[in-house]
Amino acid sequence: MSEIKFNDETLALVQSIIKRYPEGKQKSALLPLLHLAQAEFDGWLSAPVMDYVASLLNIKPIEVYEVASFYSMYNLNPVGKCLLEVCRTSSCWLRGANEIVAHIENKLGIKDGETTSDGKFTLKTVECLGSCGTAPMLQIGADFHENLTFEKVDALINDWSNKTEHSKYLDNSTFRKN
Amino acid sequence: MSKKILLEHIGVPGIETLAVYREKGGYSSVEKALKTMTPDAIVEEVKKSGLRGRGGAGFPTGMKWSFLAKPEGVARYLVCNADESEPGTFKDRYLMEKIPHALIEGMITSSFALGANTSYIYVRGEYFYIIKILEKAIADAYAAGWLGKNILGTGYDLDLYVQAGAGAYICGEETALLESLEGKRGNPRIKPPFPAIAGLYGCPTVVNNVETIAAVVPIVNNGGDWYAGIGIGRSTGTKLISASGHINKPGVYEIEMGITVEDFIYSDEYCGGIKNGKKLKAVVAGGSSVPILPAEMILTTANGEKRLMSYESLADGGFASGTMLGSGGFIVMDETTSIVQNLHTFARFYHHESCGQCSPCREGTGWMEKILHKILDGHGTLEDVDLLWEIQRKIEGNTICPLGDAAAWPVASAIRHFRHEFEDYVKNAAAIKNVKHYHNMHNLATA
Repeated sequence: MSEIKFNDETLALVQSIIKRYPEGKQKSALLPLLHLAQAEFDGWLSAPVMDYVASLLNIKPIEVYEVASFYSMYNLNPVGKCLLEVCRTSSCWLRGANEIVAHIENKLGIKDGETTSDGKFTLKTVECLGSCGTAPMLQIGADFHENLTFEKVDALINDWSNKTEHSKYLDNSTFRKN
Repeated sequence: MSKKILLEHIGVPGIETLAVYREKGGYSSVEKALKTMTPDAIVEEVKKSGLRGRGGAGFPTGMKWSFLAKPEGVARYLVCNADESEPGTFKDRYLMEKIPHALIEGMITSSFALGANTSYIYVRGEYFYIIKILEKAIADAYAAGWLGKNILGTGYDLDLYVQAGAGAYICGEETALLESLEGKRGNPRIKPPFPAIAGLYGCPTVVNNVETIAAVVPIVNNGGDWYAGIGIGRSTGTKLISASGHINKPGVYEIEMGITVEDFIYSDEYCGGIKNGKKLKAVVAGGSSVPILPAEMILTTANGEKRLMSYESLADGGFASGTMLGSGGFIVMDETTSIVQNLHTFARFYHHESCGQCSPCREGTGWMEKILHKILDGHGTLEDVDLLWEIQRKIEGNTICPLGDAAAWPVASAIRHFRHEFEDYVKNAAAIKNVKHYHNMHNLATA
């Protein structure tokens, strides 16, 4: 396995993010850094990646593990290239979220929480994403796909079948360099 | 009539940019505050305005500000709560996406009033595309001199940063948010001390919702008395309502407090009536945690008066026949909706989102979800409905933070107003099992 290290651009961004907090409070940068790590290291946080983030912030690895395991957006296991996160709380359920989930399950031959055998897709049902007025919806990376129909879902899956990159919540241009 | 204050310029092309926002009078509250007002005078105007916290609790903002401790030589912080996660609520997202500078302007004016030189906007991580919009807007505000050192030559310095959350409803609770901002798990703190005394990094801190901060701008521009003249009674000003569910026109609406609920649901100016010509069955008026009310109770108070969109009118009758304005997450359900199934989605939500710190909530939310699943699966008994009632009662008031109450109230109100629906599931258990069995067979046959 190659050495775990952010690329130079990300490392510069990490330093800029740490400066957002008072001296000695660099641990505040943990959540943003874990997002950057997940985006750069294949969409999930392995123990070595978390240890690396701990070293950047000069905190103990356990301080990273306990945070990474608390928040739902951090993946502690590998996920497919395209992570389909389908909301199914009240407003989305009222407008057909369960049918959307069933449609994806049938189409990809996987159940909620599973990854297709080719490693392309992971299906994850999630709780309210604040898209209630445009329900039903699903999220892929930072993109909200709203007012879903089966046709729209099919088009998304088709689109992502041909992509080689990982779906991401952010890239190095998301955060301002202060 | 709709009254647009926060969304006055919503349709203006380019209003998301600093240039157009400025053309429409944007950042004038910063000029007025920094050049002509003292911090205390701003707090006084906010008090006079009667503005109440728009995140859900409705606590008077001016009073919250006046509690802020000001020990010599200790930093103070303003933290904006943009962790919008209450099911049914998407108004802050709308405001930040469409008019990001309204929030940034509010943050500058409010930070000056509170004597904060560093402020943070904590945005739920799922809204990363919003974070990108805010980061761009903040960069533009720095470049134009609205942020940074010596703003407008007044000697006032302010740094403003966006913090990304990572998926946790509980971080909308202000002390959990502060824990998260310190790079920890989002476990709410025991209070006191309140954040006004010991908040971020142990320093005096004010945490306010996005909509609350944005409302400070027109209050400073036009005065607290002007704002207090809008709305009804102690529900002053306007409120952003996120409308969803079985309505013709879901979306975010800015309303003057005091319009009738009936008008809000049926007028073409707002929700445009129930979808597909169906009848209204029930409404969750203020986000998932507030009590669900059947149609007749949401439209009319127990005294037979038309219910209004205001803190007081929605709460009229207490939990026996009333509800709460909450976050303004207005979820509408038509006559075909299963109240028990909807409740199951809420129970699953709260179980998923409980931080696990207090046992009544950690265990109770799990049990409520399981029992509802059992009932929906055709294995429920009448005793299960009573057990559900008992569990919610034992969570309420017995936890460090209000998530426990928030998990209990939907269950309590669903049983209070729709007990017959739970009983129907129990009485028809055999039929439910047969239908499920049929579907399973069918799925096997086609697999």
